[in-house]
Amino acid sequence: MSTQSTRMAARFMVAPSVLVLLVWMIVPLAMTAYFSFRLYRLLSPDRTGWVGFNNYVWFFNSPDFWLALTNTLMLVGGVLVITVVLGILIALLLDQPVKGQGLLRILVIAPFFVMPPVAASIWENLFMHPQNGLFAALARGFGAQPILFLESYPMPSVIGIVAWEWLPFATLIFVTALQSLSSEQLEAAEMDGASAFNRFRYIILPHLTRAITVVILIQTIFLLGIFGEIFTTTQGGPGSASTTLPYMIFKQAIAAKDIGRAAAGGIIAVILANIVAYFLMRGLGRHLDA
Amino acid sequence: MTVTFRALLGASVAFTLTGAALAETTITVATVNNGDMIRMQGLMDDFYAKHPDIKVEWVTLEENVLRQNVTTDIATGGGQYDVLTIGTYEVPIWGKQGWLASLNDLPADYDVDDLLPAIRGGLTVDGTLYASPFYGESSMVMYRTDLMQAAGMEMPEAPTWADIETAAAAMHNPDAGVYGVCLRGKAGWGENTAFITAMSNSFGARWFDENWVPQFDQPEWKATLDFYLNLMNSYGPPGASNNGFNENLTLFNQGKCGMWIDATVAASFVTGKDSTVADSVGFALAPDNGLGKRGNWLWAWSLAIPASSQKQDAAKAFINWATNKDYLALVAEKEGWANVPPGTRTSLYANEDYAKVPFAKMTIDSINTADPNNPSVKPVPYVGVQFVAIPEFQGMGTTVGEIFSAALAGQKTADQALAEAQAAVTEEMKASGYIE
Amino acid sequence: MARAASPRRKLITTLAAWTVALIIFFPVLWMILTSFKTEASAVAMPPQFLSADWTLENYVEVWGRSAYPRFFWNSVVIAVGSTLLGLVIAIPAAWAMAFVPGKRTKDLLMWMLSTKMMPAVAVMIPIYLLFLRFGLLDTRIGLVLVLMLMNLPIIIWMLYTYFKEIPAEILEAARMDGASLWNEILYVLTPMAVPGIASTMLLNIILAWNEAFWTITLTTTRAAPLSAFIASFSAPQGLFYAKLSAASAMAILPILILGWFSQKQLVRGLTFGAVK
Repeated sequence: MSTQSTRMAARFMVAPSVLVLLVWMIVPLAMTAYFSFRLYRLLSPDRTGWVGFNNYVWFFNSPDFWLALTNTLMLVGGVLVITVVLGILIALLLDQPVKGQGLLRILVIAPFFVMPPVAASIWENLFMHPQNGLFAALARGFGAQPILFLESYPMPSVIGIVAWEWLPFATLIFVTALQSLSSEQLEAAEMDGASAFNRFRYIILPHLTRAITVVILIQTIFLLGIFGEIFTTTQGGPGSASTTLPYMIFKQAIAAKDIGRAAAGGIIAVILANIVAYFLMRGLGRHLDA
Repeated sequence: MTVTFRALLGASVAFTLTGAALAETTITVATVNNGDMIRMQGLMDDFYAKHPDIKVEWVTLEENVLRQNVTTDIATGGGQYDVLTIGTYEVPIWGKQGWLASLNDLPADYDVDDLLPAIRGGLTVDGTLYASPFYGESSMVMYRTDLMQAAGMEMPEAPTWADIETAAAAMHNPDAGVYGVCLRGKAGWGENTAFITAMSNSFGARWFDENWVPQFDQPEWKATLDFYLNLMNSYGPPGASNNGFNENLTLFNQGKCGMWIDATVAASFVTGKDSTVADSVGFALAPDNGLGKRGNWLWAWSLAIPASSQKQDAAKAFINWATNKDYLALVAEKEGWANVPPGTRTSLYANEDYAKVPFAKMTIDSINTADPNNPSVKPVPYVGVQFVAIPEFQGMGTTVGEIFSAALAGQKTADQALAEAQAAVTEEMKASGYIE
Repeated sequence: MARAASPRRKLITTLAAWTVALIIFFPVLWMILTSFKTEASAVAMPPQFLSADWTLENYVEVWGRSAYPRFFWNSVVIAVGSTLLGLVIAIPAAWAMAFVPGKRTKDLLMWMLSTKMMPAVAVMIPIYLLFLRFGLLDTRIGLVLVLMLMNLPIIIWMLYTYFKEIPAEILEAARMDGASLWNEILYVLTPMAVPGIASTMLLNIILAWNEAFWTITLTTTRAAPLSAFIASFSAPQGLFYAKLSAASAMAILPILILGWFSQKQLVRGLTFGAVK
């Protein structure tokens, strides 16, 4: 029913967004691409020049690169699995008629209000610390040796912290999605003798498909770029055990002050993110249609 | 692009209050959030009384963030700061680049000859003073006198590493929550790399030989790392690979460390109000191995002016106030001698009142034994005790720190760690053109 | 899907829900408790719950040591400003994509999201140089711009899904009555979209409030928000858990209170139209 003029108007209305995002994407991307072929070290301004693909070669040859790549995917995957599974379970619980629902919800979403560096710092110092952390106190209370979270299990610890930050986001999407599920359908299924598991499997889960898709899509975009929590807790270690691709770039940019290498890493990260996004869209895109 | 940009600016003005125009004499001072700097911010009334025409805006940040921000600013000519707080690693490099203003023309009452020679030397490039030290530090052994006494031992004033190991073994009592020795294990060029590099000097090791060839494949490094790992694995706290200065300070103050070898400035904290062991802390020089060098470093947090600053005179007036002898007297008067910023001036250590501070003598002795120009037993081509004053060191130091930290966590053997460090540093030195 | 439940079942679910919520909330609670302890008490082992040395000293010191009101006000201006500016640009775009969809609308949406894929550290120097060139360093306008651009894709996505829920028939009726496009948006669409816009606004204020890379990198004094305030209290020399906790509590409290009062909108805003 849209006429020629509304289509024109629509284009006109989308234009500002597209324009600013295009500038926001292209200008830094072009500069980054340019720097990625340059020798550019902040502390050695007298040594500059073109270096071809050297910065890229450095990344691919770095002993940490493939580990960082795996860690990045593990972080994204691990956090997604935890937040989606726990998020659904908690949402099912919160959806029940319970006392003090309003307060409950604010408690559950509270982690979302905590600045990431603060969240990481709380977990590192007040909980996971091998001498002063609460977990260590608990372990000693049971007569066990405290677990060295950040030393022995750096990746799972980081995943746990990030999952805690993102769990509220997932939970709330699921809670709201569940509210629109018709109770008649569930009651009918219950009368027909469907078990709780089957009701979940054949009625609730299909209903949540679109919500799950949105959670996965949005979180993946955010999770692919995470480095602050790693810097605060493990510094990517011990060794490079918890180094991710963004953290590797962070080290080149901040510690080594090698802007050329950091730029090359940035381009690699963008390519990786696009590959991930492509598969996500192929796998999930159809669930997005309204 | 420009058009869009202007349009955006116009659009956002509606939602944003523009900051008031800066007065001519407002200077922006970037500083780390260490105790001595925080204390200075509380004493500004004195400065304003002397310089009513200058207003100081503080940017107080955690060390890593501060370093990142000021480095980006100075290297891109951002010109956002008028006074920077930087260390002895940055000053020679930045001074050589022409990024810092000369401080040779500070007024006579600044008394440049009163600065400790070792510290002054580290902040001077080709005869030009590029930064004024706010406080200086070396490293030393801090130990629990009560635990040593209980073990029937006495700490020599100038211990060897063997003495340290013996003492650690004697005090180690993990069931009671006391670990023999706490050392830095957290990865970072200013954390474990600094400690182990300073330690390696006393074992006769060095980062590079005279021709900039990395030396991690040499037996001296093997001896250093073996000793460090063995000491920490036997008598250190669990999870030490995540312990830096702050973590160890907390542990020591809680009474969980028999010994702690770290910065001399920590002395005022471990004997201060937050410490549960304040009354039973002894000090000794950093250990040696009988080779003529001790494992202590040299560092000074210093104030410098970017060459690009438009307010050089006001900035100099501030630096003169903050690092002058009068400032030390001011702190002493208001907060007591123990809280005076240490390690910058000869006159402080000649002062009889300051000599009563329990760690004063050990601090000055430690600073005096550190020699940034001849840090190790064998000759080196670089300046710096616990660092190598070349731009590439931050990156390499971080990498080496990670490798050593992994070794401490038990992920690698000492041999593997040293082979990896050698490979990584060699590659970087080749890429930077130091070696073929 | 709420159904009538037996009292016993309700008791059990209430208990379970509260247990889970308290576990999730506990780290925040523990941080707040720690902020009221002395430093020595904060790291005491075994942990002190009721027997701790309670004190307000941390708050007094944190307040006295830094210009909290200025950091706070900068956070407000930057978070609210970037969100409002983002809405102004996003509302027409989301409207157009929702009601006049083309063949490439979905690709366009996906492309917008993909502008968020570049890791911030990799473009740090390029953005810094641009800011320097345009005199935007340490200005609130600069931060408003950057945070707006960062969150714009999210704003458009959220609004798009909300607008999708508005029945097209209503718009058609308005058009039949001869309403101009402008009037259609202003008088028909906007009132119906207010809840969606409100919740989009809220979520984006939170995202902007919590941003801690660009806000620290691109500011010094005049425009520095609460993220920089936090960075001045983390990891100093000395014991610091209690003071860091106090500073953290001061940084998250305003947004927590805002969230408390707008909890319903927030729940809606976080769904991205997942509800039909």
